[in-house]
Formats: sequence, C-alpha cells, structure tokens
Amino acid sequence: MRKGKESFAKEDSLLTKRIIACLDVRGGRVVKGVQFVDIVDAGDPAELAHRHARGGADEIVLLDITATHEGRGTLLDTVKRTAEKLFVPFTVGGGIRSAEDAAAVFDAGADKVSINSSAIARPELIGEIGGSFGAQAVIVAIDARRGVNGVSDAEVYVSGGRKPTGLRVVEWAREAEARGAGEILLTSMDTDGMRSGFDCELTRAVSEAVQIPVIASGGAGSAAHFAEVFLSGKADAALAASIFHFGVTDSRVLKGEVARAGVAMRLPC
Amino acid sequence: MIAIIDYKAGNLTSVVKALRFLGADDVVVTQSPEDVLRADKIVLPGVGHFQSTQLLEDLKLTQGVREAVAKGTPFLGICVGLQWLYEGSTEALGTEGLGHFAGQCERFPAVFEGAELKAPHVGWNSLEEVRGDSRLLRGVEAGSFVYYTHSWRAPVSEDTAAATLYGGAFTGAVERGNVMGVQFHPEKSAETGLKVLKNFLEM
Repeated sequence: MRKGKESFAKEDSLLTKRIIACLDVRGGRVVKGVQFVDIVDAGDPAELAHRHARGGADEIVLLDITATHEGRGTLLDTVKRTAEKLFVPFTVGGGIRSAEDAAAVFDAGADKVSINSSAIARPELIGEIGGSFGAQAVIVAIDARRGVNGVSDAEVYVSGGRKPTGLRVVEWAREAEARGAGEILLTSMDTDGMRSGFDCELTRAVSEAVQIPVIASGGAGSAAHFAEVFLSGKADAALAASIFHFGVTDSRVLKGEVARAGVAMRLPC
Repeated sequence: MIAIIDYKAGNLTSVVKALRFLGADDVVVTQSPEDVLRADKIVLPGVGHFQSTQLLEDLKLTQGVREAVAKGTPFLGICVGLQWLYEGSTEALGTEGLGHFAGQCERFPAVFEGAELKAPHVGWNSLEEVRGDSRLLRGVEAGSFVYYTHSWRAPVSEDTAAATLYGGAFTGAVERGNVMGVQFHPEKSAETGLKVLKNFLEM
C-alpha cells in the first residue's frame, strides 16, 4: 500500500479527476473552431487519439461536429481506425439519432456514445441505448449558454450551438439523469474556444444537481483553468481540445501542474 | 480457444479487441455451454444490471462454468462478471451468483464518513494492497491506476487480490486458484490493464 490506512480514511475518495482529450472531427479530419465557427485543420483523428492516450489523457472523445446539421452519419471508418489500438475509454458523438446508430458506433469500437440534439428531440433515446449497452455507455451532452440572469437561466442549445431550445440547463441535466444517462458533458458556449477558463459557476450548478459525473467543457486555456473547474466547479472530468492540438502543452505536463494545484490526477509513469 | 461469454450485457468489442491485440488468435464469442467446456480459458465480461446474469442460468452456462472451473480452466470475470462470482447482489435479489466467493455485492453508500458519496464510481482509481501471490496481478504495483465504472461492488475478503478505496475499501480484483475477477475494465485501463490481460492469457 502506498500510504497508511489512516491517511486513506481522511481522503477516501482517491478517485482521480479525468482529463479528456476531445477531437472535433469533420470530414475525417480533426478540426478546431472558436465558438463553433472559424474552423481550422488539426490533423488525423487516429494519430491524435493515440498521441493523447500515450501522453496520459484519461479518455478520448471524438465528436463529429457536422453530423447533426448536415444530416451525415457518424464516420464509422474513422471510429474503427481510431479504436483499433486505443485502450482507454473512447466516446463518440455526433449524428446518433437512434439505438441502431448507437449500436453501429459501439460495433466500430466506441465504449460510450454522446447524444445531444437527438436526446432533446426524443428523450426516450437515453433509456433505449442504456437498456442495451448500460447507462455507463450513454453520455448526454448539453450545449449551454448563460441567460440574461447568468447561470440561473442558462439555456440548452442544439445543432452545434445554433438553436435555443427553451430548456433550462440544470432541469435538463436532472431529466437526463432520471432517464438513465451515465454522465453529463456540459459545454459552455460562452467560453468555448476562448481559452479564458471554464464556466465554473455553471459547472458547479449542474454537478451539485446530479449524482452522475459531470464533464466540463469549453474554455480550457491553461493548467490553472483545469484546477479551477475541478476544485471550484466540482467537475468530475474536464474536456480539452485546442489546448493539446497545437502543442500548447501535453497531458503529462498539464496533469503534473493540475496535481500540484491539489487535484488527484492519474500520472502515468 | 478463449471463450468470451455473451449474455447480452453490453458491448464485447473492446474486450475482444484487447485480447487479439495481445496475440490471442482464437477468440470465440459464445452463448454455448459446449464452447465453455472445451475452452482453454473463459472470460465473462458484462456491464449494466446484475439481473442480466440470469441469462447465464437460463442458457445453462452457469453449470458449464461450474464444470469448467472444476477441471481447472482459468476464468476471468470483468465488472458485473466479477460480481457474478459472489453469492449475489442487492441490485437483483432474486438472481443468484455463482457463489464461488463468499459475500454479496452492495451499492456504494450514499453517505460515507459524513460526506455525500457520488455513485456511480466512474474513472481512474488505484489498486491497493496488491497480493504478492496473485498471478493475475503479477507485475502490477500498488498505486497503479485502472478504469472503473460501476455502482455496485464486492466486499473485501481473504480472496481479494487488490482493493480500491471509494466509500471504504472494495474488491478491485479477486483470485483463488483458477477463478479470477476484476471490477475495473482491463481493456480500458491502458498499460496496467493490458498487463493484467496478458497475465491471464499466459496462464
């Protein structure tokens, strides 16, 4: 045992916080935009996924960002190629409208699916996928934007942040949990791509409202931002995309800095 | 031949993929007790509800596994597959487990030492008190991280090969003779997980 039993009793929850590398994919390539527009090419999905996993990312998420509004199916070939030798949890989102769509993505090698617009259009979908593949395999993604009163009236958006739904973020998160979601992926569109930090206040509001893990997304720019969303935002995991893609830092360095700020991290040898 | 038992409890792709990556050529996903009896090794994966293990009894796989392990076939249960090795689970009281290991699986407590405890337990947590004589965990050091996703857990007993701490200690890995189980997902636990699977393949 690394430590004495007494020290464990004091900090029983040695469950580490997760840093998840997110690959936004369009046309089989990884891209990154600022607030969902101004898209630039960032490389090959399989290659980047493996690089992140080797570098210590706890999980990989691949989001087909064009699937919903352009009506394309998820890029199963890309998923298959990426999953082939990836031995950390692998989530795929984008264009999953039915339990059959989800099954195809699982067959291609995904461990979890992330559903967004389709869950709002038909909330039963959450339970349908969970019924066949387990709740742990269903992530409900919520794209959120603060309202005129800030976090209290933050609203859910769909179609890559294009359409407001009239749903309150915390209420929808609770409903998703009640319907059997395994995790919530909460993206703040106010902070996404800005590299100015996560929306900690919104993340905390959602995290305190549900029992299931909340993955914070949108706004990562530095190790301090990650530490902040774990410590003050109460996030269980945090997603980062552009922070990795252009050599800003790698997971190993990032996680070391977050750990020094007092957050439990898995630090690969 | 390695028999991976399919009892319609989630996705088996990742487990098959990891075993093949480690060089296992003859992997058969099956629901047949005959395959289980002639297999060199048996893997029982599974996620989701303990209730789904009822199908093992219905398909006569429980009896097949009993006979196979009695003649010494190495057996590895993963996640709900580990839980099934115990007497049962409070998740599905009417469904019996194999009863190879003593005790019942229970849900994480809602409150532990005065603090609210979130469940499910999802993410990377460490293996502690790794038993020196464990064949499954050979070369795995205490403090190694593995990936978990579950809400029910098996108690710690003398058969526990490694414990993990979350709302108190629970069994992360169990092993007695040729019967083994892991609550974590070795196929998703990077190098440490692959090492565990490799140890199993080499038995």
